[in-house]
Amino acid sequence: MRWVSQAAIILGFSLAGELLRLLVPLPVPASVYGLVLLLGALHFGFLKLQSVEETGEFLVSILPLLFVPAAAGLLRSWGVLRSMWPAALLAVLVLTPLVMGITGQVAQLLMKKGGREDGDG
Amino acid sequence: MGEFLSGAPAFGLVLSLAAYLLGDFARKRLKWAWLNPLLLAVLLVIAVLLLTGLPYERYIESAGLLSFLLGPATVCLAIPLYKRMRLLRRNWKAVLGGTLAGVLSSLLGVFALARLLHLNAVEYASLLPKSVTTAIGIGIAAENGGLPAVSAALIILTGIFGNLCAGLACKLFRVREPLARGLAIGTASHAIGTARAFEMGEVEGAMSGLAIVVSGLLTVVLAPLFAGMI
Repeated sequence: MRWVSQAAIILGFSLAGELLRLLVPLPVPASVYGLVLLLGALHFGFLKLQSVEETGEFLVSILPLLFVPAAAGLLRSWGVLRSMWPAALLAVLVLTPLVMGITGQVAQLLMKKGGREDGDG
Repeated sequence: MGEFLSGAPAFGLVLSLAAYLLGDFARKRLKWAWLNPLLLAVLLVIAVLLLTGLPYERYIESAGLLSFLLGPATVCLAIPLYKRMRLLRRNWKAVLGGTLAGVLSSLLGVFALARLLHLNAVEYASLLPKSVTTAIGIGIAAENGGLPAVSAALIILTGIFGNLCAGLACKLFRVREPLARGLAIGTASHAIGTARAFEMGEVEGAMSGLAIVVSGLLTVVLAPLFAGMI
């Protein structure tokens, strides 16, 4: 029953995220509200890590698989991308690694002042 | 054959799982390190759909469980993040600064491309949210005069390529700290990239998950400023 109770708690937070989104209608998906709620519940001790850990980590570990159906939808995207394919291609192939490089470099620069020496790895 | 398959409710799930396992097998057993299970799975699914003539709508309907679980799985990104809370609190400046730099460079890069290649306002607004997670990105596109369907395709392409090039990009730009790597991958290529970050390590994965949220929110705020520029 452990999996059932963990699944129920996780789905409960998904549902709470959907409710919160109705109350605070920012252009942010319900799952992000749910993430913040779950993080808050764990951090402030309303929920023990063990009561969601196994099922939650299982779901996180299959994340790439969960994208397969949505990504297969690219099958039908040629029509909408045709008019702008050079820009789309450059944006994906050049900007993606460039944004990684800039984000990572700036983060590393700021970490040196922040205190990574006692980092917990 | 197509007739039978399109009526079989488990077809989409079996196809997705088998394609993903095959992708995983190809990388681990054949040692094709460059090969990414998600990319191969997507290509296989597309090939099967084209060969059998099965409509995509039928496939997506019968694989609906996987798409549904994306929501709860995103919620669960809170778990690795919670485990690394101390690291996050000690480095919050690096988290905010790095992510902000990444979001700004992504928006500026799209602006430069739009100018260079003469994109119209609709194409430009659809390209702006390319680095953020799908559900946030299509909302941003709609709010700024872009087309959500175009954004969704660009976001998924960005994620798949980010997933593919993360290791090489980190090496090339000398991003060595696990925290910085995670932020970089999540900011540039959202949840699909995050899947790759988790393969690098737990800190990378946790920080990549965090970057999805932070960069998504920053883009919600900053994209309208950029949308007005063309």
